[in-house]
Amino acid sequence: MNEILDILDNHGGKLTNAQVAKMLGKTEAEVAAEITGLEKEHVIVGYKTLIDWDKTDRDIVTALIEIRITPQRGQGFDTFAERIYKYPQVKSLYLMSGGYDLAVTIEGKSMKDVALFVAQKLAPMDSVISTTTHFVLRKYKEEGIVFNDKEEDNRQVITL
Amino acid sequence: MNYDNLLSPVVCSIPPSGIRKFFDIVAEMKDAISLGVGEPDFTTPWSIREAGIYSLEKGRTHYTANAGLMELRQEICSYMSRKYGVDYNCKDEVLVTVGGSEAIDLMIRCVVNPGDEVLIPEPSFVCYKPCATLVGGVPVPIETKEEDNFRLTPEQLRSKITDKTKLLILPFPNNPTGGVMSRADLEAIAEVLRGTDILVLSDEIYGELRYDDEPHTPFSAIEGMRERTVVVGGFSKTFAMTGWRLGYAVGPKEIIKQMTKIHQYCIMSAPTTSQYAAVEALRACDEDVEYMCGEYNRRRRYIVDGFREMGLSCFEPLGAFYVFPCIKSTGFTSEEFCEKLLREEKVAVVPGTAFGECGEGFIRCSYAYSVENIEEALVRIKRFVEKYRK
Repeated sequence: MNEILDILDNHGGKLTNAQVAKMLGKTEAEVAAEITGLEKEHVIVGYKTLIDWDKTDRDIVTALIEIRITPQRGQGFDTFAERIYKYPQVKSLYLMSGGYDLAVTIEGKSMKDVALFVAQKLAPMDSVISTTTHFVLRKYKEEGIVFNDKEEDNRQVITL
Repeated sequence: MNYDNLLSPVVCSIPPSGIRKFFDIVAEMKDAISLGVGEPDFTTPWSIREAGIYSLEKGRTHYTANAGLMELRQEICSYMSRKYGVDYNCKDEVLVTVGGSEAIDLMIRCVVNPGDEVLIPEPSFVCYKPCATLVGGVPVPIETKEEDNFRLTPEQLRSKITDKTKLLILPFPNNPTGGVMSRADLEAIAEVLRGTDILVLSDEIYGELRYDDEPHTPFSAIEGMRERTVVVGGFSKTFAMTGWRLGYAVGPKEIIKQMTKIHQYCIMSAPTTSQYAAVEALRACDEDVEYMCGEYNRRRRYIVDGFREMGLSCFEPLGAFYVFPCIKSTGFTSEEFCEKLLREEKVAVVPGTAFGECGEGFIRCSYAYSVENIEEALVRIKRFVEKYRK
């Protein structure tokens, strides 16, 4: 089971079940069943295509927001986190150790868009002590993939 | 000048490697895809590259000790010990060389006298025979067979031993067949050698690339074999460091001492930057090796399945990164097959005969390529095989 996860992790969703089956020495049906099982158990939580939006005509602004909060009695961070991650603009949300509590990644059409979201939705929430917004200027690498790095096979002719 | 009278006849008698000629054609050909190259497609893990760069920043641009950086020799010894339980003294039982190839050449030069017989299981890597010939040795091929899983059997070995036998080469895991020797197989070979003075050059450059459940066993780990064995290892295949040109030999100090002497006169010391990088490789890159090995293993299953699907008999390789399918059903010789395949389908593979006469009827395909590349090559080879199958 782990090896299927390794393959999917290394190759993303690009391989067909038939290809994965060959790589594992299993049948296509077995692989399909195992993947379905992993999806049902929510071990595989989803599939995503990584796009370099800078190469398209769509404008996307990404920002990292640090949020400090006071947890409310009777509710930990989880309830609060839920109220944040339900917004579709929120692309990721992590509970952090260190100088602040939550790290939120926001995507919007413009800086104003993002700033307004922070000002109108995040900052006024109960228990929020402070927010700090950092805009992303350039993405070099995401999810283990380097954006501007097309690797070519440059092995030369050699005797061996 | 008439060079015919000037050049060494021994050197002139050595044929160039049979692998190369196809690839000169490939380089010129558009849309050609290759399963020919015998080196990892991975780039050296970044932490290793970074260690090399750091050593340059620190100004470590001088020679190292002839036998290699002490730090690296210590790491090699601790690696042999922690991985395989074989202990070597880093002071006088290790030599860091320019690739495993140099170590092979040195070992042969140190022990083979004119007329001595050198036993070479074939098909195997192309360098043993010429190295033996250059020192006046007599190469004696031993044909390993598909039905024996391309292993060397004790019977075959026994039948080739004469009173002139000086050295046995053990090229496992094997390039080009992917055959491996289990510990039990090695024990059986050791049993034949006990009581003789036959030395062993165990070329274990692919030792880390094993795909069965049994871990690799160095020949020197077999009881009584350490004193007669030089184990050759290297960084090229395990750590995807081919361009760094770094290998090593470990063995009895009496032999290593003589090898170091030749190395000292011909090479001085292996490249310093590479040696610093290699220290990092041995210290901190087990996970990278595991990752690459896992990837190779999946491609291996993929390509074996592909060849079998097109009806070619394909031995299941358990080491290195090559498959060695049999193409006899097409009626072509290995050379014909490779030439026609390259011309008609633009796929480059290597004829089995490049690795010894007994490689006739086989081709070597490397799976150190992306899955997409392998898949496209398999589609083309399948079309070709179906066209010509008898």
